[in-house]
Amino acid sequence: MKDWRYWLAEQRGTLVAVAIFIAMFIIYISNHQAGLTANVVNTAANKGTLLALVAMAQALVVITSGIDLSVGTIFVLTNCVASYVITGNPFETAAGVAIVLLVGLLCGAINGLVVIYGRLQPIVATIGSGAVFFGIALILRPLPGGTVNETLADAMTGRIFGVVPASLVMLAAIVALVWVPFSRSAVGRAAYAAGSSEAAAYMSGVPIRRGKFAAYALAGLLAGVGGLFLTFFTYSGQASTSSANTYTLFSIAAVVLGGVSLYGGKGSVVGAIFGAFAFRTIGDLMFVFDLDALWQPLFQGVILLAAVSFGAVGLLRVRNRLEWFR
Amino acid sequence: MSDTAMERFAGRMPRFLRRADPAVATAFACIVLLLLIGSLYSSNFLSLDYLLLQLKVASFLGIIATGMMLVILLGQIDLSVPWVVGMGAMMACAAAAYGPLGTALAIPFGVLCGLAMGLVNGVGVAYLRIPSMIATLATNAVAQGLMIVYTGGFAPRDTATDAMRWLATAALVPGVPNAVLVWALVGGAMVFVLRRTAFGRAVYGIGNSERAAYLSGLPTRRVTMIAFAASGALAAFGGVLLAGYASKAAQAMGDAYLLPAIAAVVLGGTSILGGRGTYLGTVAGVILITLLQSILSVMQMPEAGRQIIYGVVIVAMLLLYGRAPASR
Repeated sequence: MKDWRYWLAEQRGTLVAVAIFIAMFIIYISNHQAGLTANVVNTAANKGTLLALVAMAQALVVITSGIDLSVGTIFVLTNCVASYVITGNPFETAAGVAIVLLVGLLCGAINGLVVIYGRLQPIVATIGSGAVFFGIALILRPLPGGTVNETLADAMTGRIFGVVPASLVMLAAIVALVWVPFSRSAVGRAAYAAGSSEAAAYMSGVPIRRGKFAAYALAGLLAGVGGLFLTFFTYSGQASTSSANTYTLFSIAAVVLGGVSLYGGKGSVVGAIFGAFAFRTIGDLMFVFDLDALWQPLFQGVILLAAVSFGAVGLLRVRNRLEWFR
Repeated sequence: MSDTAMERFAGRMPRFLRRADPAVATAFACIVLLLLIGSLYSSNFLSLDYLLLQLKVASFLGIIATGMMLVILLGQIDLSVPWVVGMGAMMACAAAAYGPLGTALAIPFGVLCGLAMGLVNGVGVAYLRIPSMIATLATNAVAQGLMIVYTGGFAPRDTATDAMRWLATAALVPGVPNAVLVWALVGGAMVFVLRRTAFGRAVYGIGNSERAAYLSGLPTRRVTMIAFAASGALAAFGGVLLAGYASKAAQAMGDAYLLPAIAAVVLGGTSILGGRGTYLGTVAGVILITLLQSILSVMQMPEAGRQIIYGVVIVAMLLLYGRAPASR
């Protein structure tokens, strides 16, 4: 196969996610009464970025054929931490950001240790660790409150040169600084290999433990960035069960829409970003069509169900029925 | 001790001990340990009244976990539990508003709604081959959407029927709450299905290897679909009972049952990968989780501490006996 065709096959999931997002966004913008203004784009970008960060975290773990049901709670925990530490002069603020990111990284590393060295199934291990993270968040912020350095917060949720949303620049920076080096390193390849076939990867001497550990730890870090961004967005912290649950569940939906296979080894974090934006846009479509907000959850659910059912078309191309079963 | 000596020693143990799954035994040992810790705190913990009350509270989780176990045995998972529980409760209460016929059919109608959602899950997972995690997530969102549209976003106003209240709170046999009897019936049926029917054996077979089961001529897709439908029906039935217990349905009433149901099944020694596990273990897991929650609330532990201890106990217990084999 030629190089570009191979690349196309490899990136199919991501490209489909980009296409879904563009289609949804065009429908959204063309029906929005304000049209395509910098303000509309910025609001959409900020809302999408929150979910995109959590979905990126989820994608890293899903690529290793795991699942992280604690991303939402790490997101909430780091939000609570950030509402305490990000204040004061620029130096103190920078230290605060570092602390928040460190907390996220630590949570991810704990998940990694329990799953890899404790040899537990990720789904149940992260249910347990998620409960612990949420408990700590509850100790920190039983009631909504806290402050944040508003200059930094406004800069991060505002626009650069009045046009480009700062949140999108941050996402691009994370992709360039975290995802690209990771996916091209031996450790990143090992994470993919562990997701495709752990036994085969182990036999080939791939450092699967290091790869999986890095994926879990980085997932915690990205969820931490998400929590940080939520604090910039709301100026406060809150240990909310509903946002922890919602973000965990939405992150799985975004990852699937983004073309990352839940069986592992396929897809990319970039796809997850577009999956998250597409999912958010679907939710917002209700508002531009001026329908009752009550119908939004049902609409979102039906679209999600339709989108995942659509993947079943691939079944028709399977030549050997055995491939239906794993 | 040599192997033969070990065998002779094992041979002298009672039959039920020899056959006991170490996971189930550990879970029961932890229950006893929890009761002992509780009794140090207050002597009430060993009283019959307290234990029966706990069993009654556990029966709601028990019925929901029964359906969850069936699905986990297949190597799948059902994340649609929260809103199917809510749907069962709300629809049963809603039917009660439609005259005597509605009142009479309230319970079957609630269960039927759950069955329908379960069927959607089953068709998606078995025939469309959508990974169960995302298929059930989507139906959960649909069920939530339907209920929000139905109630208009407010707390539902309908109340539970007398039959639902009787089933959840009365005691047909003096001293034994009806809810416990219902759980016993559901559990008995589950044990029968798992151990004595072709369907039950097929569930274990599919959990071990769906390919092998398919090649052996089992109708794997039909079995998977029925299991998901049963899980939906049981979750809705749990919701119906919960509505009877609280006299009415509430928004998001099922949220508190998803993770405990999964945790109960897994703590009871059922492999999350499917194919392995006994119903006795699930019973132990359900009682363990209920007792843990009860003891923590009696000790007036704040919610934060409860969450932390809850999480640590789940991970610690799994590290004790739920680990995957080391050799690869």
